[in-house]
Amino acid sequence: MDANRLRQVLGKTLRTFVNILPIVAGMLLLTSLLLTLFPDLLSARLFGGPPWADALLGTAIGSVAAGPPLVSYVLGGELLSKGVSQFAVTALLVSWVTVGIVQLPAEALLLGRRFALLRNGLCFLSAMAIAWLTALTLPLLG
Amino acid sequence: MSGERPPEAPEGAAGRKAGGRGGWIFLAIVAGLYGLAALFDREAAGRSLQVFAGLLGNVVPALGLVLVLLFLVNLLLSPKRVEKYLGRGSGLRGWVTALAAGVISTGPVYAAYAVLRELRLKGMRPSLMAALLYARAVKLPLLPLLVHYFGIAYTGLLVFWILAFAVLGGLVMGWVEEE
Repeated sequence: MDANRLRQVLGKTLRTFVNILPIVAGMLLLTSLLLTLFPDLLSARLFGGPPWADALLGTAIGSVAAGPPLVSYVLGGELLSKGVSQFAVTALLVSWVTVGIVQLPAEALLLGRRFALLRNGLCFLSAMAIAWLTALTLPLLG
Repeated sequence: MSGERPPEAPEGAAGRKAGGRGGWIFLAIVAGLYGLAALFDREAAGRSLQVFAGLLGNVVPALGLVLVLLFLVNLLLSPKRVEKYLGRGSGLRGWVTALAAGVISTGPVYAAYAVLRELRLKGMRPSLMAALLYARAVKLPLLPLLVHYFGIAYTGLLVFWILAFAVLGGLVMGWVEEE
């Protein structure tokens, strides 16, 4: 392969990478701050309202949560065992991995503000829809 | 022919450089938040920095992967090729490629943002970008754990609905962004 082309590609890649670094650092710093300031945000006591309100709360919490998906499974399992509805838990699980309020600035900077806002808004609504559809279709599977 | 159209750049800062000055401004705002937090609770701000150091340690390998992927995308994928597989003319193959790529992709989401930005500049459809990001919600290595907590029927249904909504969300994004 042409050495000149390799140099060009490497230069372009490094410039892109350096521009990404402050976004990544900012996102990690923001996540760390939120995790430290609000460590006990989630508990079963928060739930207990009508199903739609619990699902909305689950979606909202999942949307601002910044931990790995594994945490949402463990947390969802715990909430379910404490009597929180499957509707709310599903909304939490789905929004946890599809909506990223904390990541929104990074997504907007890299993919465009309109794209990021619209995508996250759609994901917020679809988390509620998936929770409802899962609860509706699960009994059909026995 | 639609497949030969030049790619449209994403709007705003994303269309010019990855973040550009916006990235530094974002970092400065977050630094300002730390300053504010330190004014009220110095210890909490210090603890946050310790958490940051831990997260950063976990992220460094992923950043290495991002660098390699960006290099490969720039080296191997021409706008013409991206247009063919993920562009306007990609059809069903584009959707299948995006969903499969989303399901098998691992690592932090900003790694995906960075690579998707490059692919977008080379002609990837916004609808497929949205579908790929949505399909990332299916975490293959974690499925056994999901089955453990919620059962196999629930897991199967959840995966089905997530993929269905990845396509639906992608179609809506495409309708808004591509028209």
